[in-house]
Amino acid sequence: MSAMLLEVERLSKSFGGVQAVQDVSFGVAKGEMVAVIGPNGAGKTTLFNMISGVIPPTGGSVRFQGGVINGKKPHELAMLGMTRTFQNLQLFSDMTVLENVMVGFHTRLTGGIFSAGFRLPLARREEKQAQEQAFSCLEQIGLAHLAWERAGTLPYGTQRLVEIARAAVSRPSLILLDEPMAGLNPQESKQLVDVLLAMREQGFTFLFVEHDMETVMAIADRIVVLDYGKKIAEGAPEEIARHPDVIKAYLGEEAV
Amino acid sequence: MEQDQRMADGWKRWLLLAGAAVWLGLPWLVFGNNYVLSTLILIGLYALVGTGMTLLMGYAGQISLGQAAFYGIGAYASAYLTAHAGWPAWLALAAGAVLAALVALVVGIPVFRLREHYLALATLGFGVIMFTFFKEWKGITGGLNGFFGIPPIRIAGVPLQSDLPFYYLVSLFVLAGVWFARNIVRSRVGRALRAIHGSEVAANSLGVNITKYKLQIFMLSAVYASIAGSLYAHYVTFINPDLFGIVPSIYFLIMVVIGGAGSVWGGLIGAAVYVCLGEWLKAVVPLLLPDAGGEFEIVFFGLLLVIMLIYMPNGLTGVALKGWRRFWKTGWRRQVDSHKARSIGGERG
Amino acid sequence: MEAWSQFVQLLFSGLTVGSIYALVALGFVITYSVTGILNLAQGDFAMLGALLCMTFVNSGMPFVLAIGLSIAAVMAVGALFERLAIQPARRSSVAVLIIITIGASFVFRGIALLAWGTDPYALRPFTGHGALEVFGAVIQWQSVWAIVISLASFAALHLFFQRTYIGKAVAACVINPFAARLMGIDIRKMSLGAVAVSAGLGALAGIVIAPISGASYDMGMMIGLKAFIAAVVGGLTNAPAAIAGAFLVGLLESFAEGYLSSGYKEAISFGLLLLVLLFMPNGLFAKMTGKRV
Repeated sequence: MSAMLLEVERLSKSFGGVQAVQDVSFGVAKGEMVAVIGPNGAGKTTLFNMISGVIPPTGGSVRFQGGVINGKKPHELAMLGMTRTFQNLQLFSDMTVLENVMVGFHTRLTGGIFSAGFRLPLARREEKQAQEQAFSCLEQIGLAHLAWERAGTLPYGTQRLVEIARAAVSRPSLILLDEPMAGLNPQESKQLVDVLLAMREQGFTFLFVEHDMETVMAIADRIVVLDYGKKIAEGAPEEIARHPDVIKAYLGEEAV
Repeated sequence: MEQDQRMADGWKRWLLLAGAAVWLGLPWLVFGNNYVLSTLILIGLYALVGTGMTLLMGYAGQISLGQAAFYGIGAYASAYLTAHAGWPAWLALAAGAVLAALVALVVGIPVFRLREHYLALATLGFGVIMFTFFKEWKGITGGLNGFFGIPPIRIAGVPLQSDLPFYYLVSLFVLAGVWFARNIVRSRVGRALRAIHGSEVAANSLGVNITKYKLQIFMLSAVYASIAGSLYAHYVTFINPDLFGIVPSIYFLIMVVIGGAGSVWGGLIGAAVYVCLGEWLKAVVPLLLPDAGGEFEIVFFGLLLVIMLIYMPNGLTGVALKGWRRFWKTGWRRQVDSHKARSIGGERG
Repeated sequence: MEAWSQFVQLLFSGLTVGSIYALVALGFVITYSVTGILNLAQGDFAMLGALLCMTFVNSGMPFVLAIGLSIAAVMAVGALFERLAIQPARRSSVAVLIIITIGASFVFRGIALLAWGTDPYALRPFTGHGALEVFGAVIQWQSVWAIVISLASFAALHLFFQRTYIGKAVAACVINPFAARLMGIDIRKMSLGAVAVSAGLGALAGIVIAPISGASYDMGMMIGLKAFIAAVVGGLTNAPAAIAGAFLVGLLESFAEGYLSSGYKEAISFGLLLLVLLFMPNGLFAKMTGKRV
């Protein structure tokens, strides 16, 4: 098999003496939809934060598109083509929906303070491009009619869609989703699942952390299971559902 | 909606034109009254500082309690370089701006790692330290005695010694400053700044280099202040450190709060209201209380600051903008098929 | 020998000023801990206390009564300030709250200017104009008073927070406001109390220093800013560290003034502020307290 888009190798993080994540390795291939699951406190968020550059790992490495990205800042990762969404929404609530998505296009533009301030042709051209891209992205996701609404005034589920549009508008090679279903009602969840599946059809690659097992089983190509900071299983949804360790660690608890 | 937007934009254009006409015609209306003209010049200079601060405070969401220090850097750079080193005024003005930007960079790199309370304190500390330098570096600044004999600025070899041409010069700078700020706001950079204001983690995750933008805008606001300081030095030809201490920094802050940091016009409007109120107080208070002096001004502006922040935190432009939007929404907007709505809203004039 | 006496002289003047900064800094810490607000008008409470006390004394009031009355009056001013300016803006951003306290500071200064004018006033020392001689250095009794009174205040406050119910309630608010509310502690009352107590401490500081350095409408700003530095150097929420920070700032200033040049005194204090902010944002003593836990 060709090289993975994202390769996580023996990644570890300890806080003080506590091993939050220990020797976790897995990969994400282009076009895949990979889920990381695990009981509360299994280290999913820590793992996610290390991959997205929010906190540095204490051991191991993360390779993205062949290059090691340990210690890179989130904005550098975005430039390389990795964006993310947040578990507790982080929309720019005072900006319009369109402007939010336009911020997502930041990495595709180059204009700086001078070309902007003097309204050089470059800045004007880029502005137009950003608007068009953002608008067509909203159209695809079915939110074009809300383009000029203030993002903070929208219902929660819609805000989450906007956040995903914002992360996707620059056509990154990998999108990290941090508990995308958190706080959504069943209808909103279904809408989001449809959007994500449609995006995968278009070639987007996703890595996501999720609590809601139903969603994970329904949309993930592959699942990585963490427990107490270690990877205890990896495989297709059917395999995971049958895996004895997983049932013990995770599903077992729920079944009781 | 598209139609309404165009209509709104049209109205805006007329408003701007009317404003420009008033601005240009003002000196003729007052028949070259020097008191009025000098007041207008002062408004223009403060507006320049204020415009830079609105970018910093309103868009990037960063506070500066030491902005007068940059005003001082420009003023002293121009004073020293023209009076003692014999530089042409324009070159000195540019040098002052570069120096202010460099100082902002050096100060900003460590300071912008701080947030909120600590950032406010650090900028305050910077202001006090710069004030001390202005006061103590007597060889260059003249210390507390002040700096005398700053030559006038020249255009094509003609010195600008009267108020009328200086008024036009300053207003040109203000217009250019507001125009530049407005362009930034409506650009990739401006969006990035507002994104930082909204959520730093999210902006960062989308590729916005937060430190870089905060620094750039801090440097830009320093350049605005420095240019205003240079012009001020050439206008009054005498400066002393008290003009660049902490209290003037607070007055700049008051202007921005009055005008509202959410609009690039906030600096100009705030400066105009501040200067006019100040002059009005000077005229009215002695009539009511013959013994009173400038102290009413302090109480008045202190109270104004507190009341504005509690009841009108977005300042006058915030209120105006809200009214403007409501007017176009309820008065004119019809139900329009959303997909036709292609024109992009003129967010934040 | 002369060098030695100069040293002692500077030491005592540093300790005197430090004890004043400490009282005001303590006010900062209490307000900040309970309300989360950095009150830049804190120094003006010292100014109001000093000027009020001077007026009361000059009107023939007994000294002790004048002190008590002016402290009470400034506490009332503090309470009023909290109700009129802080409470209505509780939900505003940090920057807005800071600017509001700056506005309040302007108002206090302006009112003082209206009432007392620009001239500095003298307040007579608590116990005569006598002085001690220590190693050839002349130390005013008032300096001794300043140090003793501030130390006594710290002890009293310490007992208050450790031993009384209200004190413990305040401490609880600081540690966990939400839990404190569940326990039936009224946070708004606590906030009011904290600002009032801070105002009282500030007033006391002003009264104690007035016989040494005089009282004028604009004395508040510098005292406030220095106390501020002390509180930040100490870590903003740690009272003993803030007191230590205050003495550090006082001594640093005094020695800088004595051995270097008086002009750069301000720059040195604020340079210290910047250094601490940049390199030890949790205060100079953060490590020490960290170990204690």
